[in-house]
Amino acid sequence: MAERRENKKKGEGAAKTPAEDSAEVPARLAVKKTYKLYLGGAFPRSESGRSYPVTSADGTHLANASLASRKDARDSVATARKAFGGWSGRTAYNRGQILYRIAEVMEGRHAQFAEQLVAAQGITRAKADRYVRAAVDRWVYYAGWTDKFAQVIGGANPVAGPYYNHSAPEPTGVVVVFAPQGAPLLGLTSVLAPVIATGNTAVVVSSETAPLPAIELAEVLATSDVPGGVVNILTGRVGEIGPHLAAHADVNALDLTGTGEQAVEFERTAATTLTRVLRPGPQTHGGEEAWLDTDPGTSRMTPFLETKTVWHPVGV
Amino acid sequence: MSHTATAPEATTNHALRAYLYGLPGVDEVGARARAQDLSTRSIKTTAKAVAIDLAISMVDLTTLEGADTPGKVRSLCAKAALPDPADRTVPKVGAVCVYPDMVATAVAALRGTGIGVASVATAFPAGRAPLDVKLADTRRAVADGASEIDMVIDRGAFLSGDYLKVHEEIVAVKEACGDAHLKVILETGELNTYDNVRRASHLAMRAGGDFIKTSTGKVAPAATLPVTLIMLEAVRDHHAATGRRVGVKPAGGIRNTKDAIRNLVLVNETAGPEWLTPDLFRIGASSLLNDLLMQRTRLSTGTYPGPDYYTQD
Repeated sequence: MAERRENKKKGEGAAKTPAEDSAEVPARLAVKKTYKLYLGGAFPRSESGRSYPVTSADGTHLANASLASRKDARDSVATARKAFGGWSGRTAYNRGQILYRIAEVMEGRHAQFAEQLVAAQGITRAKADRYVRAAVDRWVYYAGWTDKFAQVIGGANPVAGPYYNHSAPEPTGVVVVFAPQGAPLLGLTSVLAPVIATGNTAVVVSSETAPLPAIELAEVLATSDVPGGVVNILTGRVGEIGPHLAAHADVNALDLTGTGEQAVEFERTAATTLTRVLRPGPQTHGGEEAWLDTDPGTSRMTPFLETKTVWHPVGV
Repeated sequence: MSHTATAPEATTNHALRAYLYGLPGVDEVGARARAQDLSTRSIKTTAKAVAIDLAISMVDLTTLEGADTPGKVRSLCAKAALPDPADRTVPKVGAVCVYPDMVATAVAALRGTGIGVASVATAFPAGRAPLDVKLADTRRAVADGASEIDMVIDRGAFLSGDYLKVHEEIVAVKEACGDAHLKVILETGELNTYDNVRRASHLAMRAGGDFIKTSTGKVAPAATLPVTLIMLEAVRDHHAATGRRVGVKPAGGIRNTKDAIRNLVLVNETAGPEWLTPDLFRIGASSLLNDLLMQRTRLSTGTYPGPDYYTQD
């Protein structure tokens, strides 16, 4: 076969001019990206081997995304737990540097994120640009908070006794974040950044219908000095993997933003293992537009912190 | 394929060498492929539940650290008797394995539970001590109440071809053990070849070891599946030739339920189901027990438990 092609090429090449030759080159084959999960700093396929089609707002097929299974969920919790010690043990200053680095890398891929938002949501390019800029700014915002929230939330407590009494916030551990369904990039960033800024590690269940920006963000995270396992991103059905994550005893907190009607059921399940829960807020159904507030404050950080209080005798 | 020749009458280094070199060589590629193949067996649901309970009853719960304290040994003993305080249907472990100076503490802590105390002896883990020191070490552990002794062979002597010295040491330690069971640690990570693993296994069984154990846990690689496979073949062949059943104990590097179940499959398929008992198969481990307990809880409740729910020993 190869030999025959060789012969043909020789024969034709002699007779034709270069211009005619280039006209014969077939159209280039499309190089389509395989969207996989993001787990422990790597991009594995779902353990189950399943995938599901992702379409644009008008129904055109965009890509196939991995359909995460119960075991992927279990593995991601184990990976997040493994990464917790290292991430929470870093200095707050270093975590701030890394979050800022995410913003830097994301800024360079602005166009790609914007195109994806246009495709996924059928919005104008101008709007998409605004959301991507806001998402980048969100990382910078929380990068600033990493070494400041402890002063705001913790501090010295006035006590009636000869004690120096001091409270300090500590990260709660592994947080499962159900990202908002209608806000695949800015919404996702707004719920993820505050969780890891304080030293938690995260398992993110991305938007079901628009998971591609989440995996695109994973590629940014993978090249931004974020240690593997600090953020793990699953694409798939909330209804399938959600109950297992809510019941998992090694999960410390749940952000139920993207769970819709299952929020109450998940909260009930989570109660059996005393898992902290952040209920869906008013922004849940507003799309990216609802997450544009440039100063969200500490409200998304405090639910995933534990307060450690130390009593120290004075004058001893 | 019984290839254990009849034991030579006179034990001389020459006779031992002739016997050990008369054993067929190990097919390395074949052993790896067989172990790999058996490790893909799928053990699920009820079979998995049985396997987990069996594995728990085979665990030699071990603490062999320079930093061991009587308190740590006592808490390990409590865990051995009641691995999961929240679930009393969990079987107790096979034995508790400690350093000789901790035997008395462990025996006192385990009184009434029916769990034996295994003690490493003979200058574990290196084994670099004069024979009389090794024997004194062993006698003291037995006198303190150890029901099992884990001895190390002299790898230096073995590798330099002085099989008689290795043999005589095992015989002497066996005698010092009295009624206690003797486990012979081959330290396969230092034996270099699978052929040596097979030879050391047969040498240890010939000298009277009740168990052959892969490793001390202080040398990597420790209990790999191919090594365990070769040792299981050795005990099977020894049984075919002499009628005596010798146990096998892989130790070191078996950390999760999957690894433990792979070992059980290997036992069943190589030595046979007769070996699927704590009397003939043990797993030396410390962190494995928690993973077995977590998998057990997962099977019975359907939710994933976290490591925070189990004691760190």
